[in-house]
Amino acid sequence: MSLDESSRRIFKIVGTRPVRPDGVDKVTGRALYGADMTAPGMLVGHILRSPHAHARIRSIDTAAAMAVDGVKAIVTAADFAAADDPDLQDILDNCMARGKALYDGHAIAAVAATTDKAARLALKLIAVDYDVLPHVTDVDDAMQPDAPVVQSGRAEENVPPGLSENVTTYVAFGHGDLEAGFARADKVIERQFRTAATHQGYIEPHACLATMGPDGKADLWCCTQGQYMVRNTCAALLGMDSSQLRVTASEIGGGFGGKTTVFIEPVALMLSKKSGRPVKIVMSRSEVFRATGPTISSSSDIKIGMTADGRITAGLARLRYQGGAFPCGTVSFGAQSAFAAYDLDAVATEGWSVMTNRPKEAAYRAPGAPMAIYAVESVVDELCQHFGLDPLDVRLKNAARKGTRSSYGPTFNEIGLMATLNAAKEHAHYSAPLGPNQGRGLSCGFWFNFGGDTCVSLNINADGTVGVTEGNPDIGGSRASIGMMAAEELGIPLDKVRTTVTDTNSLGYNDVTDGSRVTFAVGLATIKAARAAIDEMCRRAALIWGIDEDAVVWEDGAARPSGPNAGDFDPLSLADIAARSSETGGPIAGHHEVNADGAGVSFGVHLVDVEVDPELGSVKVLRYSIFQDAGKAVHPSYVEGQMQGGAVQGIGWALNEEYIYGDDGRLQNPGFLDYRVPVASDLPMIEPVILEIPNPGHPYGVRGVGETPIVPPLAAIANAVSRAAGVRLTELPMSPPRVLKAIKATSA
Amino acid sequence: MVKVTIWGSLQSATDGAEAVEVEARTTRELLDRLAEAYPGLKPQIERGVSVAIDGEIYRDAWFTPIRADSEVILMPYMAGG
Repeated sequence: MSLDESSRRIFKIVGTRPVRPDGVDKVTGRALYGADMTAPGMLVGHILRSPHAHARIRSIDTAAAMAVDGVKAIVTAADFAAADDPDLQDILDNCMARGKALYDGHAIAAVAATTDKAARLALKLIAVDYDVLPHVTDVDDAMQPDAPVVQSGRAEENVPPGLSENVTTYVAFGHGDLEAGFARADKVIERQFRTAATHQGYIEPHACLATMGPDGKADLWCCTQGQYMVRNTCAALLGMDSSQLRVTASEIGGGFGGKTTVFIEPVALMLSKKSGRPVKIVMSRSEVFRATGPTISSSSDIKIGMTADGRITAGLARLRYQGGAFPCGTVSFGAQSAFAAYDLDAVATEGWSVMTNRPKEAAYRAPGAPMAIYAVESVVDELCQHFGLDPLDVRLKNAARKGTRSSYGPTFNEIGLMATLNAAKEHAHYSAPLGPNQGRGLSCGFWFNFGGDTCVSLNINADGTVGVTEGNPDIGGSRASIGMMAAEELGIPLDKVRTTVTDTNSLGYNDVTDGSRVTFAVGLATIKAARAAIDEMCRRAALIWGIDEDAVVWEDGAARPSGPNAGDFDPLSLADIAARSSETGGPIAGHHEVNADGAGVSFGVHLVDVEVDPELGSVKVLRYSIFQDAGKAVHPSYVEGQMQGGAVQGIGWALNEEYIYGDDGRLQNPGFLDYRVPVASDLPMIEPVILEIPNPGHPYGVRGVGETPIVPPLAAIANAVSRAAGVRLTELPMSPPRVLKAIKATSA
Repeated sequence: MVKVTIWGSLQSATDGAEAVEVEARTTRELLDRLAEAYPGLKPQIERGVSVAIDGEIYRDAWFTPIRADSEVILMPYMAGG
C-alpha cells in the first residue's frame, strides 16, 4: 500500500501529542502485567536451574520432591514430545534441558505446588546427577577446533571446514574488488574489536498464568511481544490445536526483542496439564539474567581504506558472534548492516555464528547491527583523525543515497541518511565549544524494518464511537498511534476511538511486535480497515438518500453527496449513520488482513559530547542529540521516546553493561546491582530531532523508528572518548577500569 | 528470465556465480526455480530467505510480481527486535 495523495493533506490528529491512552492505568496501578493475574485454585510454579555451565544430566530423581505436602506436579524434558521442527526443538530444549545442561541457569525441572514455600522446598529435593563437562563462554575460544563442543551436528552446509562444531553459520556479502580498493587508499587501518553481551533490561520479568482443563482447552496469560507466536509455539510443543489455546497478552513492562520467544509458558502449561490446576510462574530478576536471552557478544576484525581527501576506497568486516548454546542467525544482520551507511565500490563482510555455554540469544533492538556498526564507525573515525578531516564531512562524502548499491545487495531507493547528516551538521550541537577532557563523537546507524502479518478489525458502534481491535502488544505507544490513524481516517475526534489489544481467538494471526513494524503495519491495516468501514457507511448513506453509492463521498467525518448532481442532502455524520445501522442493514465494521511490505530501511545519526575523568576513567555524557528519519511521526512524543530510549540502551551498552562470566562458566552479575544500566541521573536530556521524510510504502508515510536508535551510540561514544582522552578503545563496555588502563598505557 | 544476485556465502551453490538467471514471474516461482536449478540453495531457501525486488525487501510474499528487468537480490530472512 503506497503513499497516497492524502499524505499531502493537512493532518488533523496525526502529528499531534494527545495524552497517552494507557497512562492513567499505568500510573494508578490498574494496568495488569504478567504477574498480576490470579485464578481460583492457582498453583505456584518454580524452576530448578543448572548450577553448571555444561553438564550431562545422568538422571533426575523427583520422588522426594513429589512427596512434599502441597506439590501437585513436576515437569522435566521427558514430559514433552520431540518437536518436528529444529527451531521449535531448540526453543523446547531451551525451556527444559534435554540430556545436557547447556549453560548456567538452564532449566532442568519445574514444580507446581499450592504454596511458594512448598514449591521452593521441592526444588531443593529434586536430585539431579550431573556429569560436569568442559565449557566455553568466549566466542573466539569456542571457534577453535579443540574447543568443548556445545552441540554436535548443528552446522549449516556452507560452514567452512576446519573450525569447531560450535560454528553453525557462515555468511558473506559484498561486491567489488577489495584488493584494488585498498590499493587506492592513502591509509588503511585494521583493528580488532570486542563487544560484551548485554541484556534487554526490561523492568518487568517474564510471568505467565496457564490454565488447562481436562478437555484439553487452555488459556494462557503472559507478558510477551507476541501472543500469536506464544500460541503457535506452545500449541506445537504441547501437541495442541492452536484453536484450543487462547493466549492473552498482559500489559508489558518492556521487551526490546527479549520477549519474542517463550521461556516459561510451555512449562506452565505442562504443569497445569499434569496438575489439573492453574499454574503461575514469575521469574526472578536473577532468572531473567541467567536464562533469558541477552544479545550476542562479538569479536570482529575491521579493515578500511581511505584517500587523503576522505573517500573510502574499500571496507572489510569479519564478524564473530556467539549466540549462546543454540544456533542463531543474528550474524547475518550484522554482516548486512556493517557498511550499510556507505556508498562503496568495494566492500565485503563475513560472519560466523558460534555456540557457547551461555543462554540462548534473543533479539535486542536491531539485532546484530550495533556491534558491527560500532566497529566500522570506530575505524572510519580513526581515519578521519589520521587525516584531520571533519567526521561529518567524511560521512556526507561517502553516504549511501538513492541509487547506491547497498553493501548487502539491493540498490537503495529514497533513503534519509543525507538528510540526517545535514541536519546534524546544521545543528548548534555540532559547533558548540568543548572544554578540557571533553570530546565529541558521532556515528551513523541503520536498520532494515519490516512489516509482516497483520489483522485489524474496526467496529462502528451505534453511539458513534469506534472500537479498533488489533493483535500486537503495545510496547511503544501503538494503541495511541493506531487510534490516531483510525480517527484521522474516519474524520472523528480521537476520544471517540478506543484501541484494544486482543487475544488470539478474537483476531487472525499477527506477527510479533518487533522489527519496528507495528505503527507501520498495524497502522496501514487500520487505515485500510477504516476505509472499508467508510465505504460501507457511504453505501448506507446512499440507501438513506436513495442515490447511487458512487455519488457519495466521505469528508470530515461525514457522508456527503459528491456534487450538485448527486442531490441536495445534508451530510450524514459517522454518528448519524451508526445510529441507523440496524435499520439500514446491520452493524458496520471494517477489517483488513495483510502481509505488509514497504516498511523501508531507516537511518539515523547521533552526536554526543562526553567528558572523561583522566584519574578515574569514568565517562560522563554531557550532551546527546539524535537525528533520525522517522517518516511521518504519528505521535511525535512516542517517536522521541523511542529515539531517546534506544540511545540510553546504547549508552549503557557502550559504557557499563556486560555479562561477566567466571572461570567456572557461571554468570557473575545476574542483578541490577552488578549489571549497571544507565539511570536518569547518569544522563543529560537527550535531544531528538525528527526528520519526516515520507515512507513511500505507507499511506501516511509512516516508517518504523524503534530499532535504529540503539545502533549509533556505541561508536558515537567510543569516538567521543577517543577525542576526549586520546585513547581508542576497541572493547565494550568502556568501563572506568578499562578507560583508565588505556589512558595509563598511552601516557606510559 | 530474471537475474538474481546471490549473497556471497551461497555462491558455492551456484558454482561461484554472483548472479544467476531463472524463469520466474513471482517470488514463489523464483524460489522454486532456484531450488531446482541449484539444489545447494535449497536448504537455505527452506530455512527462510527474503527477496529484495527493486530495492524493496519482501518476506513470505509468494506472489509479488517480478519484471524481467527488476533488480532481484536473495537475502537472509529478515527478523527484528
